[in-house]
Amino acid sequence: MGMLEAILITIATAATPLLIAGIGELVVERSGVLNLGVEGMMVMGAVTGFGVALMTGSPWLGFLAAIAVGALFSLLFAFLTLTLVTNQVATGLALTLLGLGLSGMIGESFVGIPGVKLGSIHIPLLTDLPLVGKFLFGQDPIFYISLLLTGGVAYFLFRTRAGLTLRSVGDNHASAHALGINVILIRYLAVMFGGACAGLAGGYLSIVYTPQWVENMTAGRGWIALALVVFASWRPWRVLAGAYLFGAVTIGQLHAQALGIGVPSQLLSSLPYLATIVVLVLISGNRRLTMVNTPASLGRPFVPDR
Amino acid sequence: MKKTVLSIAAAAAMLSFGTMAAEAKVKACWIYVGPIGDFGYSYQHHQGLLEVQKELGDQVETAYLESVPEGADAERALERFARSGCNIIFATSFGFMDATNKVAGRFPDVKFEHATGYKREHPNVATYNSKFHEGRYVQGVIAAKVSKTGVAGYIASFPIPEVVLGINAFMLGAQSVNPDFKVKVVWANTWYDAGKEADAAKALIDQGVDVITQHTDSTAPMQVATERGVKAFGQATDMIKFGPETQLTAIVDDWGPYYVKRVKAVIDGTWQQQDVWDGMKEGNVVMAPFTNMSDDAKKAAEEITAKIKSGEFNPYTGPITRQDGSEWLKPGEVADNATLLGLNFYVKGVDDKLPQ
Repeated sequence: MGMLEAILITIATAATPLLIAGIGELVVERSGVLNLGVEGMMVMGAVTGFGVALMTGSPWLGFLAAIAVGALFSLLFAFLTLTLVTNQVATGLALTLLGLGLSGMIGESFVGIPGVKLGSIHIPLLTDLPLVGKFLFGQDPIFYISLLLTGGVAYFLFRTRAGLTLRSVGDNHASAHALGINVILIRYLAVMFGGACAGLAGGYLSIVYTPQWVENMTAGRGWIALALVVFASWRPWRVLAGAYLFGAVTIGQLHAQALGIGVPSQLLSSLPYLATIVVLVLISGNRRLTMVNTPASLGRPFVPDR
Repeated sequence: MKKTVLSIAAAAAMLSFGTMAAEAKVKACWIYVGPIGDFGYSYQHHQGLLEVQKELGDQVETAYLESVPEGADAERALERFARSGCNIIFATSFGFMDATNKVAGRFPDVKFEHATGYKREHPNVATYNSKFHEGRYVQGVIAAKVSKTGVAGYIASFPIPEVVLGINAFMLGAQSVNPDFKVKVVWANTWYDAGKEADAAKALIDQGVDVITQHTDSTAPMQVATERGVKAFGQATDMIKFGPETQLTAIVDDWGPYYVKRVKAVIDGTWQQQDVWDGMKEGNVVMAPFTNMSDDAKKAAEEITAKIKSGEFNPYTGPITRQDGSEWLKPGEVADNATLLGLNFYVKGVDDKLPQ
């Protein structure tokens, strides 16, 4: 395996959890709901995924459990903000706090135990292709799922009637409601989809990325995913671009350090954040386009008239 | 940070209840920089707390706060503990130094113990530290013995003296076996981020190192090393479970005996300010079994460990040349503790520019 290929694969591994969580949150925000609990749902997914994979010995069951727990956890958020109409920002933050604390408690007995790792796929001939074989055909299955997910969500949002309905709910819930669309139901579904994605992203951390459970292992990745969605102006492929750019600069700066170039490491460490912000600001520089893409009802509570 | 707020609230609730329950008990409190579930640095400090509980039983009451960020939050956490009736507070990370001294000035009756720092601005502040670099020297010897490429990778956290001390000791140990040995350093700029540490390990391995050592707190680099088939050293705790065929040895921090001694001193009323820097000799720094190496490497490791343990050998004994080629220690000269605790330059051979 060549060095370039190894670097590319490392970048993909670093980007995949950000991409999955970001795509989930994008759907949530497109429906007009701001869920700041991504970090909490992710870390719950990580601990559940690790635990179930460890106890059953099957990484796939671990992933299913991570997805289910992410969705269930987000259901709590949905009930509070959509049915009881609590403040979305505060509830989202509370969800993150709860997730971090709860996962630490659940995971107490998992500390210091090596986990079950989901390996990479191997397709005879294709994986063995020189240069690109390992990158294109020899990664972990979740990497491919994350790409399908991005494509699927892009197609769903902009090419299907259901996607149009979801976006209309996010843009103007009052009009959507007047047209007879069940705003609350659609938002419930969107929030749960976001939760499932965050759970999957968390499971990726504890089953593929670093197969172990350590408290708070998401280490702020949920927040980065959240930021990516905004900077990508709510466009799926731009989330992918942002996630990979972030991953590339993260890995690139580590390599630069290992090569021993004389740039202060503190600057290099902050580079992924700077670079991602700069590039995404540039590509969303067109203000009219940004306004068109911003869900107009984002974060605004909706109470159907009775 | 949010988690800290939560845990502070929880701890405060616990504490106020505890104070009502028992009046005469000595209360010992700990502040950790990471979660106790990191299976590394903070985990080891917490093992020390548990030992205090076990040894002193009913005489003592304990409390702890985990994942306290270095900086303003640390000051709040310390103040909260001081107010809630703690008699002795252990602040277990270098970055708590200023906060500890500041709060200690406001609570002269509470004893403060700060780990790995050097400031004692008030009579109620003591400092304690472990000579981890003694273990790093042994690791360097082993790395040079087992490495085929002659290059080791070092995942570092922050450019503070304690970490620089470790890098230099590792380099010196390696050079004692192979004068041309190289060490590549990557700064993760975090104590604890499993994903980032894993990425750093991958980057180093991709660049040709075949031994990894770390001064960050998670087990992720050990797992990456296992996957890629290179060797690695455990950090702070024995990580052999994460790399049965990977771990060469680990530096194990054993804080228990020190904590028991100091809490007991508070109970007896004999506590005094001091500056302690114990190492292998006192049992603070313990090497995990030497595994996955040739008999020759094992023998060399055992010999040097025995020498350091008996006090016969100090890793920082001259001749030692600075990275820029100037002489630091003359042949036979031993560096004094004050210089070591403020060390801010590399020795010759380290393939990195020290961030200032």
